Amino acid sequence: MATYETLSSLTGAIRNAVMDLLYRLADDELMIGHRNSEWTGHAPILEADIAFSSMAQDEIGHSQVYYQMLHELGEPDPDSTAFGRKPREYRCASLVCLPKGDWGFSIVRQFLYDAAETVRLNALASGSLRPLAALAIKLRGEEKYHLMHGRGWMLRLGSATPESKTRMQCALEQAYAHALGLFEPTEADETLAQAGICPHEGELQRQWESAIAPVLSDAGLKIPESAKPAYGGRVGKHPPDLKQLLDGLQLVYNIDPSAKW
Amino acid sequence: MAGDDRDHSKNCRLPGDTSSHPDYKSTIGNGPSAIDNPRLASAWSALALVTDPEIPVLGVVDMGIIADVRIDGDRVIVDLTPTFTGCPALDVIRRDIQGALAGIGETTATVNVVYHPPWTSDRITETGRRKLKEFGLAPPQRGCGAHLVDLETVACPYCDSTNTTLESLFGPTLCRSIHYCNACRQSFEHFKPVGQ
Repeated sequence: MATYETLSSLTGAIRNAVMDLLYRLADDELMIGHRNSEWTGHAPILEADIAFSSMAQDEIGHSQVYYQMLHELGEPDPDSTAFGRKPREYRCASLVCLPKGDWGFSIVRQFLYDAAETVRLNALASGSLRPLAALAIKLRGEEKYHLMHGRGWMLRLGSATPESKTRMQCALEQAYAHALGLFEPTEADETLAQAGICPHEGELQRQWESAIAPVLSDAGLKIPESAKPAYGGRVGKHPPDLKQLLDGLQLVYNIDPSAKW
Repeated sequence: MAGDDRDHSKNCRLPGDTSSHPDYKSTIGNGPSAIDNPRLASAWSALALVTDPEIPVLGVVDMGIIADVRIDGDRVIVDLTPTFTGCPALDVIRRDIQGALAGIGETTATVNVVYHPPWTSDRITETGRRKLKEFGLAPPQRGCGAHLVDLETVACPYCDSTNTTLESLFGPTLCRSIHYCNACRQSFEHFKPVGQ
């Protein structure tokens, strides 16, 4: 299979498909990072606060690198892309837009998200687009700490008290359909798979399901069998939560988009 | 451990350095340098003095984040492979590198951030590991790869006991975790192992 050595060498349908992929990756990271940052100063214990703040910093840092890649493909600079778009122009899944909820919900969401991200990074790391493969190798080394953190909390809260178990199951039922939305196929799907850059979304979803099943089982939680995937995010159709999130995220930027910091 | 150390140090050898010495710091700026180009050698020497703002005892060369230094016409080009992608110290480090190179007359130096080769904690030199420990920061385990790691028995930097407990996977900076030593009853921080 051919490999693609640089972003600038991409043309036509492959270039468009890579841009679609990068927007999905970047927007997911930015939004989950922003939601995680809402725990700064509010988490139940200090270590939990530091953990979510650190993960927020990681995810937002990762989004910046993806936005930089988009910039190399001719899109505006990373700040303008991150802060300067209308809600319908974002390509994030609904999972990352939802309010942070209670501690259990944030843990469940983060766990489901990190497992999906790890599956995707592993696939990209062996993909044919070299700059993205190199970045994926780099990022998955960092993400392992998110996974270890999430797994630990899933097991602890799943087996702590009847209340914690009930809340975790409830959170899983709320989050699961949205988590399936992370794998919403887009028009880029076939092109990316054919080019060996990223496998089909359905394939990634199957890998994700195998990855999360043993942890959920160990945590004593049941996978909601009848969950219907919450699609729409990848084509700009978002729940109202994104507008609410962006109102906060873009507030300072919109006061003066040309300000130099 | 010594044999293990040598295996991993090959990733962070200076260009042209064919010695088996695990600590390439000793070849910089003094003694018989493996770098023939004096301009390149002095650039490496200047870089060796640039420190990480979050771990001030550790230089960027010992940290292993300098992936390459080369000369292109009248410009020095430095490839910087960051520890953590979201590290907020990156801009400061980049500016400090440019300042250090300007100090030896290289006023047009370029610093590129690269992700290949990816930084791993195995790139930290032996000198770097010693300095981390002296600073009270347990050095990272070697050769952890990308998989999940056991952080329940990290050696205490104060008393070397491995009877320790992981307190928090996340610490005051992205690269640190927090532990407690059951032997000398002190909290300590640990530079997290990051692999590929």
